[in-house]
Amino acid sequence: MTPKYKMHVLVCGGTGCRASLSEQIAQNLRQEIEIRSLQDEIQVIMTGCFGFCEKGPIVKVMPDNTFYVQVKPEDAREIVEEHLVKGRKVMRLLYVDPETKEKVSDSKHMEFYQKQIRIALRNCGFINPENIDEYIAREGYQALGKVLTEMTPLQTIELIKKSGLRGRGGAGFPTGLKWEITSKVKADEKYVVCNADEGDPGAFMDRSVLEGDPHSVLEAMAICGYCTGASKGLIYIRAEYPLAIERLKIAIAQAREYGLLGENILGTGFSFDINLRYGAGAFVCGEETALIHSMEGNRGEPTIKPPFPSEHGYLGKPTTVNNVETLANVPAIILKGADWFASIGTEKSKGTKVFALAGKINNVGLIEVPMGVTLRDVIYDIGGGIKNGKKFKAVQTGGPSGGCLTEKHLDTPIDYENLVASGSMMGSGGMIVMDEDDCMVNVAKFYLEFTVDESCGKCAPCRIGNKRLHEILTRITEGKGTMEDLELLRNLGQVIKDTSLCGLGQSSPNPVLSTLDNFWDEYVEHVRDKKCRAGVCKSLMRYYINPENCVGCTACARACPVNAISGERKQPHTINQDVCIKCGACMEKCKFDAVYIN
Amino acid sequence: MIHRIKNKRTMTKITSLADLRRKSEELKRRIDLREKSEHTENLIQVKVAMATCGIASGARETMDYLIEELDKRKIDAVVTQTGCMGYCYAEPTIEVKLPGQEPVVFGYVNTKKAKEIIEKYILNGELVDGIIPQNYQTINEKK
Repeated sequence: MTPKYKMHVLVCGGTGCRASLSEQIAQNLRQEIEIRSLQDEIQVIMTGCFGFCEKGPIVKVMPDNTFYVQVKPEDAREIVEEHLVKGRKVMRLLYVDPETKEKVSDSKHMEFYQKQIRIALRNCGFINPENIDEYIAREGYQALGKVLTEMTPLQTIELIKKSGLRGRGGAGFPTGLKWEITSKVKADEKYVVCNADEGDPGAFMDRSVLEGDPHSVLEAMAICGYCTGASKGLIYIRAEYPLAIERLKIAIAQAREYGLLGENILGTGFSFDINLRYGAGAFVCGEETALIHSMEGNRGEPTIKPPFPSEHGYLGKPTTVNNVETLANVPAIILKGADWFASIGTEKSKGTKVFALAGKINNVGLIEVPMGVTLRDVIYDIGGGIKNGKKFKAVQTGGPSGGCLTEKHLDTPIDYENLVASGSMMGSGGMIVMDEDDCMVNVAKFYLEFTVDESCGKCAPCRIGNKRLHEILTRITEGKGTMEDLELLRNLGQVIKDTSLCGLGQSSPNPVLSTLDNFWDEYVEHVRDKKCRAGVCKSLMRYYINPENCVGCTACARACPVNAISGERKQPHTINQDVCIKCGACMEKCKFDAVYIN
Repeated sequence: MIHRIKNKRTMTKITSLADLRRKSEELKRRIDLREKSEHTENLIQVKVAMATCGIASGARETMDYLIEELDKRKIDAVVTQTGCMGYCYAEPTIEVKLPGQEPVVFGYVNTKKAKEIIEKYILNGELVDGIIPQNYQTINEKK
């Protein structure tokens, strides 16, 4: 019999916390525990992501739910000595509520977690992802067992359809319907593909699910295989996710050893196995036809649909392609029922959605909220508001294919339809928050730079059109834009949307179009007034010295790397605009607030 | 690492849904401490004072006994350790909080006393000798 542990110490083993030495923390904790011969009483477990990445590395002590933030390896001794041995919480490592300034010792009282409902992330930060036993202890693989022994494929598909689950990868296609289409095609071999090619800048939902709860995805793939008649599963994952790959490999090996993957699963005669396919990290390969070509060893380029992969996919066989987060929802739906799932969310968007909060927000991290919560809830309550008390300007959802939402959208309930109606999209769930210091023209340019880089070049609208869009935007940010350019941006963007071959091109102008709609004034300022109100576009910036404040101390002139500042000692200085490179060194050095930007 | 080695030894195939369910029940023990700590408000909470004074008087044995006994009797409870409660004369001391009730502190809790507390107070709500009246407020309780 395994010892009954008195305490469990959970250490976050997600990529973010590992980068801040969480492995070393776990090792030090184990060492300190062993020194005190407590290894049979206290267990140290590496889990997946807790979601509170902003304050990582996270260490959580159970059963008292103590939530330590920003722990360092050298804190291990104090945690063991004070908390684990003597029962005194280490106050200096507790989370401090930014509003009340009070220390929060119990994670249940953190606002970050209070508005969340965790379905896809149900095991993330709770179990050890490298130990299948912990997944099984959380009723893991019972959904698979249930459908294999108690339900027909048709009944299972009906259940998924009834639950209202829709694809979490971006477009929101009903999952049950997708499965049904493949199930109806007759073929000697069919495939289930898990799309783990997460490519949006700033998005890390799928990675966290795979790192924190790989078995939920494997189980769902087997369920999908049973429903559609497939016996082979493939996970297309980018090679730049080494930890997720490692954990998937361990998970697959453990599931095979238990006979939960492989031949004759649970004695039911159903066989299903899963292998990994690595992507080189091309954004376009998240598009399902490109993804399939890449898996086949061909160029990662999309082809025209139809035929849809559901009918004609990998190696020409019917293939169901589902996103990681979509799959992670499936076992929970089967065990708890379609009605339960459908009771969460809005009329057309059921369940929850995982978002990766990033940008100028206090609580950068991974959250899962019911569909229909407002952006305000997400940004201010869960996200803790804007960094450094700045003013909220916009939030970018849907990555390079999405758009920017502004203050007027803050109270719109988040679901597939509403986001599209507001000119953005759900996308895979990246949410990048921007404040008054961000220039929207520059943001649009950033996303376009990404698409230009990632366009596969197969169709002209995307290859050439986006390049031209990018050139126009560059012109505007350099102060060389004209009012005609703004019209051109809009027209060209629309043409690219209408005529591109795949989802990448069809959505790539979205960041430009939505910022044109929501921040027209800012574009006009750049073009007509040659002004960037956020002070981001360097070419439009001018540093000046206010002669009234300048005492002629020469500090700025000495700091200037290009000798652009001249003037007599004790006399007001001036900046030669032709020479100035806008580095800001003078402004930093000036003690009299004499240097200002136009 | 340890897990992986452990798993190697015990990994036999799971051959049916019933088998899987049985295994899941068995394994639940390993993580039930984590499950329970997520919803402590509906559970019996026992805190054992484990400062130097408590440990010297045998609080560790008391705590081990409580954990084992509550587990054996399948009583849903969380046992945590806490620092010195200030009643060093009466160590080992424990605080028991039944759901929806005020916590009660017991003094001189050896394993025998612990058994009595489980049988009488925790199971039947009968008070037993050795209760220490609480004579302080903590900063958290002050409104």
